[in-house]
Amino acid sequence: MTTKLETLPARDKKSSGARKPTNHRKPRESRGTLAFSRAQRTKGLIKHAILILAGALMIYPLLWMVVSSLRPNELIFRDPGLWLNSLEMSNYTSGWSALTHPFGHYMINSAIVVIGSILGNLISCSMAAYAFARLQFTAKKLFFGIMLLTIMLPFHVVIVPQYILFSQIGWVNTFWPLIVPKLLATDAFFVFLMVQFIRGIPKELDEAARIDGAGHPRIFLRVILPLMVPALATTTIFTFIWTWNDFFGALIYLTDPDMFTVPVALRAFVDSQSATSWGSLFAMSIVSLLPVFLVFLFGQRFLIKGIATTGIK
Amino acid sequence: MSAISELSSITRRKGKVTPEEKKANRRDNKAAYIFLLPWLVGLVAITIGPMLMSLYLSFTDYNLLQPPEWTGLHNFTRMLSDARLHNSLRVTFTYVLIGVPLQLGVALLIALVLDKGLRGLPFYRSVFYLPSLLGGSVAVAILWKQIFGTTGLVNQVLAMFGIQGPGWISDPSTALGSIILLHVWTFGAPMIIFLAGLRQIPNMYYEAAKVDGATTLQQFWRITLPMLSPIIFFNLVLQIIGSFQSFTQAFIVSGGNGGPSDSTMFFTLYLYQKGFGQFDMGYASAMAWVLLLIIGVFTAINFIASKYWVFYDD
Repeated sequence: MTTKLETLPARDKKSSGARKPTNHRKPRESRGTLAFSRAQRTKGLIKHAILILAGALMIYPLLWMVVSSLRPNELIFRDPGLWLNSLEMSNYTSGWSALTHPFGHYMINSAIVVIGSILGNLISCSMAAYAFARLQFTAKKLFFGIMLLTIMLPFHVVIVPQYILFSQIGWVNTFWPLIVPKLLATDAFFVFLMVQFIRGIPKELDEAARIDGAGHPRIFLRVILPLMVPALATTTIFTFIWTWNDFFGALIYLTDPDMFTVPVALRAFVDSQSATSWGSLFAMSIVSLLPVFLVFLFGQRFLIKGIATTGIK
Repeated sequence: MSAISELSSITRRKGKVTPEEKKANRRDNKAAYIFLLPWLVGLVAITIGPMLMSLYLSFTDYNLLQPPEWTGLHNFTRMLSDARLHNSLRVTFTYVLIGVPLQLGVALLIALVLDKGLRGLPFYRSVFYLPSLLGGSVAVAILWKQIFGTTGLVNQVLAMFGIQGPGWISDPSTALGSIILLHVWTFGAPMIIFLAGLRQIPNMYYEAAKVDGATTLQQFWRITLPMLSPIIFFNLVLQIIGSFQSFTQAFIVSGGNGGPSDSTMFFTLYLYQKGFGQFDMGYASAMAWVLLLIIGVFTAINFIASKYWVFYDD
């Protein structure tokens, strides 16, 4: 299943076809001398040293934010280190209740938008992908080309009329403007991801089902969907992260503090605080990053496959 | 990789319909359009409809309260004399033209070091990838605001060496730089695409080069770079398109006003201020189309230039 998600099939074919004649060279490599392997080892050590240094530099700001959120406020401006003398939880308690609602309220709002978006993307994108990957229909290539183009369309080109449309329906300060587009497969990235995946599923399976009298809805639900679970998982994880982090959409459509999702709540927090309460601001920032971090820990496999396949960020 | 190569292959294959396909056409049309229905509705109502509408609005004066009033090219001529808009273009171009190559350069460098069955690869990959997942969030933008503040982490570290750092984000000459650095920090996603690409290069090329006595550097220039060029091109196209639309970081770091003295006023930020701050929807729509045009031109240049440096071996 996993190999199907790999890219560049054309080159793959070429390399596997041309690999045979090189076989005779293999023993040559394993005949490395002692001096060679020692040089190789120092080279490896240097590599690791560079990587550890670079990695530490990358992660340091995040670690420092975690540590600082557990420190008394005044230390945030004085201590660049990671050593904690005591655990200060007061930043978390004061941050949690710093806005109109407890922070959990905004997390629930975000969760509603996230769940709606995930369901929307899973249903609508998989349906469109099935049509593109398996069915023949008029103007298929045209539509497929348009679909690929919409992946690259900047959001700003449609945001003004979209806002006008949704405000006329009375959807400003509801979650609908953030969820409904997903129900309509506007995240074309995922359509493309799923098309790629379905193409890797053997067509014989569909044909066997068709001979047994199954129609397209049945083939889709009973044959294709169960086999494309990895693609659905990738879609779920990316939709989760993007929706959870989405600031622009929420900024435009959600102006009532009751409806704030986490990113706009954090923004309101930044604006309402003087520069002295970084501790509680950090604390709530950590809380807001925690779900993404957990998804990263448990869904990394799918994330990396998904990126390597389609180049989505 | 494939989104772009598919797009070009569609234009190449255009018009050839086999009799087999014709027969199948009759069979699936109804089912296909039912499966496509949500996407088609979305395409019309959420994408193409609003696009045309915003094209229309760009020729009008519209503030949401009164009906749009046709003003012809007025919004576009206004742009010609809008100094803040010119500045926002300069800021955005600087961000894209410095941030994207820098980010891709770092991504490629780390991917090259990580390639070749290095021990602990999954661990390193995770460490380098994590920032790109979190980098788009408001939380990280808040962190950046403190790190590069007058008493922030960077200046605390500099103080240990007796250096008095400037207020990076409150100084107009360094504010944009700190946001570019945030972009570079999120190099993990392109790095993973590079890693996937590197793994596709057949080992026999390197073995043959070694036999011929090629140095590591020669191998990089003559094998790795040409073989990887389609992936570099793909990353370049996507990152440029994405970076032109960058918004959140500049918004949060500058407190929403693009300051200090408009030094972080991205084009998208100015568009937001015009449209949703001053409700000058006509002007904002015109700006959105200019943005689309700029992105289109950059992508076209990218594709044309790619003929001279991107190497396809098939």
